[in-house]
Parts: sequence; structure tokens; C-alpha cells
Amino acid sequence: MALSRNISVSETSRPKLPRHARLKFDETRQVWVILAPERVLAPDEIAVEVLQLCDGVRSVADMVDQLAAKYAAPREAILTDVIAMLQDLADKGFLTEAREKTS
Amino acid sequence: MTDILADGKTASAAPSDGLAVLEQRRSTAETFGIPLAVLAELTHRCPLQCPYCSNPVELDRGSSELTTEEWKKVLSELAEIGVLQIHFSGGEPTARKDLVELVQHATDVGLYSNLITSAVLLNREKLSALADAGLCHVQISFQGNEPIVADRVAGLKNAHEKKLEVAKWTRELDLPLTVNAVMHRQNLHQLSDIIQMAVDLDADRLEVANVQYYGWALKNRAALMPTLEQIEETSRIVEEAATRLKGSLAIDYVVPDYYALRPKKCMGGWGRQFFNISPAGKVLPCHAAESITGLEFESVRSNHSIAWIWQNSEAFNRYRGTGWMPEPCKSCEFREIDFGGCRCQAFALTGDAGNTDPACTLSPRHEEIFKTAEREAAAHQDRFLYRNFAGGTLETEGEHGA
Repeated sequence: MALSRNISVSETSRPKLPRHARLKFDETRQVWVILAPERVLAPDEIAVEVLQLCDGVRSVADMVDQLAAKYAAPREAILTDVIAMLQDLADKGFLTEAREKTS
Repeated sequence: MTDILADGKTASAAPSDGLAVLEQRRSTAETFGIPLAVLAELTHRCPLQCPYCSNPVELDRGSSELTTEEWKKVLSELAEIGVLQIHFSGGEPTARKDLVELVQHATDVGLYSNLITSAVLLNREKLSALADAGLCHVQISFQGNEPIVADRVAGLKNAHEKKLEVAKWTRELDLPLTVNAVMHRQNLHQLSDIIQMAVDLDADRLEVANVQYYGWALKNRAALMPTLEQIEETSRIVEEAATRLKGSLAIDYVVPDYYALRPKKCMGGWGRQFFNISPAGKVLPCHAAESITGLEFESVRSNHSIAWIWQNSEAFNRYRGTGWMPEPCKSCEFREIDFGGCRCQAFALTGDAGNTDPACTLSPRHEEIFKTAEREAAAHQDRFLYRNFAGGTLETEGEHGA
């Protein structure tokens, strides 16, 4: 079971934030934060934009297409950056893949 | 991505400082924006009697506890001033009949809620109701990896078995789980098995927390203090496991500061990024702060707002920043890194909360205290003084308070 959270992010992954990680706009400090057990993370603007696309339905490939179109930027560069960022989050336990409930 | 909730208790490379990142206005020591997380000690009542309990020796009685409406008002106020996370703790928070209502209220006002529990009072229905109320995370304490050691430390029969059961329900309900293992001389030999237990329970996080010696734990220091050899072995086991389990189980490790060279950055600095609210509504710089005599703590029942208490009250300002420091802290290059260590420990061990924490090698009392710890660890006085409202009960042969 534990292995299901140890994900390797690729173009076909459909990542989403796990239940214990909440992306929220902090009105007091006017910044985006990720709330997690004993942690508050401050994602930068790009990370926030990517994380808002992580709904467990879209694949990483879809997200990258969308971002490449929006910023008229080379797809390969965006893909590399997005995967690196998502993998980093996954390694810290703040990203999971859409999966069936265990019960 | 910056990790900004430095809780002051992890010993591994200190995460960068939350408020410093979010509120870059003043020097590190002078920064005390509204805390990101607050600990709500809903009650001091608890069915367990752990000899290292972090509650004060003078416990708040049930009759003095804040009411449901008072706690709800507190939660609303916290969310309004910018607090993001609420830890429901105790005592045993599930001893409060209104816990589901309080969790629901936290959710309604936008707080991320965490339940810090011994689990022994929970059943599946109650846990399910808490999940439905929006609870974000469950942390269950374990006293060992099997009932003989665990139930003896907890001072409660069948506690361990019940905890295992609740931990399984937690994951079945898809709630994230942290296993909190408080470690000391009489259970450190189980550490490898405890780590495996956390893996088997499908926990997301494991806290390996060596006992911190104030209050009840200080009274039980001779029975709990690990040997230096145990600590070295512990660090080795934790490092190996952290590498092996990377990505599937996060491990936070708290070393016992008696054996550290530098003191811990306690609470991230007094009145800098954390406060807790006691069962009776006192707003405290840390859960042990009431052990320091001579400090007056304001209550949420006073006419002051929580933000006012945090920013202006005498108790919070007393040890804020670096201006209060005597030597050797005053001219020390680490003064804005560890803020002189822990005020409660300085008070407990030297009689003056304004002294350098003796955990620091630069404290004139360090050597003497380290030697005492070593001597106590070697003496094998294993009898516990169990925590209760009567000022503690000594363990009796074969009884184990359970």
C-alpha cells in the first residue's frame, strides 16, 4: 500500500494533491501556501499554476500542452521543469496519483 | 518550493524559517508575525498516565476548561488573524464530547485541522464522524511496538492493541496518519520494530521524538534518560530508515538535547512563531511555559484579543528577540540561530528562565548536567512516576499502574 505513494512522475501520470495537502490562498499574507501535517510550503507562482492543474484527471502531458500554449514556450523545456517540480513534491509526500479508495 | 513551518523540534537540517520567508520585514529575532500553526490543548484529562507527559505537573481540572462556544470563538478568531493550522491536542482531545463539533467549526472557518491523540477512546464511528467534519490529519502516539512495554509506559491495559486498531481505521478512512513514538531508555531497543510498525500501519509520517525533560519527564528523568550509546545507535537507525523509506514514510527525528552540543531552537524562539492555548484558555509561548513561576499569562477569557496577547503581553515580550540575553548568549554568534535554547529548561535546571539553556556547551552548567544525565542513565532506576491529577503515583511491583 505504501508503495502507491512513492510515485515516479512521467508524462502519463495523473497527479493530484493527497488529502493531507491543501493548496490555499492565505488572505492575511497574500501568498499561496500548501498546508500539510506539521508543514506549510510556499510554492512559487509557477508551481501554483501547475498545482492548480493537478486534479487527478489531467495527465502531465495535458498540463504541459496547456502551459506551452499559454506561454508560447518550447514544450520540452516546460516538460522537464514540470516533471522535476512534481517529482520533488512527490518525494516529499505532497503529491499522489489518482487511485481508488482503499476501503 | 520552500518549507516554511519550522516547528523548532526537528533536529535534521533546520527547515528555513516560515515567518522569515513570509514576513521579511525585520531581523530574524524580531520577527513575530501571527503563527502559522497553533496548538489547542482542549483538556488535560487523559486515560493514559505516561511518565513523560508534556502537560504541566499542575493540570487544569475539567471544570476550568473552555466551553464549546468559547473554543469556537477562539477558532474563528485564530482563522481571522491568519493562523492556518490548528492542532487539537490534550490531555486526550477525544475526551471532549464536542470534538466533532469543534473540528467542523475549524473546517468552516478554513483551518487545517490535525488531531493529536492517544486513540484509546476512539471507535470507528467517531473517527468517521471526524473525517466527515473535515479533519485533515491524525497523529497517534505509540509507547512501544508491542503491549508489554507499551502498556506499562502508558499505564493502561490493552492500550497498544486499541491504538493499532484505530490506526488501521484511520487509513481505511483514507485519513493521513502520523505515528508519534516517544523514545527513552526503556523503549529505545524497540526503535527498529517501531519503524517497521509504522510501515505496516501504512503511516505517512513517523515522529521519532526523544523525551524532552520538563515537567513530568523531569520528575522521571532517572527512569527515562537514555545512554549515550543508545543515542548513537538511534541516530544510526533513523538515518538508515530515512534513506530506505524516502518517498513512502517521512521521518522526523528529535534528539534529546542533553546529548547535543548546541541547544534546540525551542519553539522557533520564544514568542516568535508558535503559541498554544491551555484547557483553561491561557495563551502560552509553549506547552511547558506555565512551569516558569513569576510569569503571568493572559487568557482568551480576558478582555484582550488573542492578537493583542500575542503582540503585547508581558509574558510573550519577556524573552522575545535577543535583548533579554545575558552572556554567554548576548555576544554569541548563534544567538539568532538557537535563541539561547529553551526557557523552560533553563528555569527547570538553573532556577532562572533568563539563563542560557544548560543543553548548550557554552552554558557554565552544561558539564555538570550532562554528567548527571550520564549517571542517571547508567543507574537503572527504572520505576516510573505515573502522571495523574493527584501529583503522580509511583509504579508498584507488578502493577505498572495499568
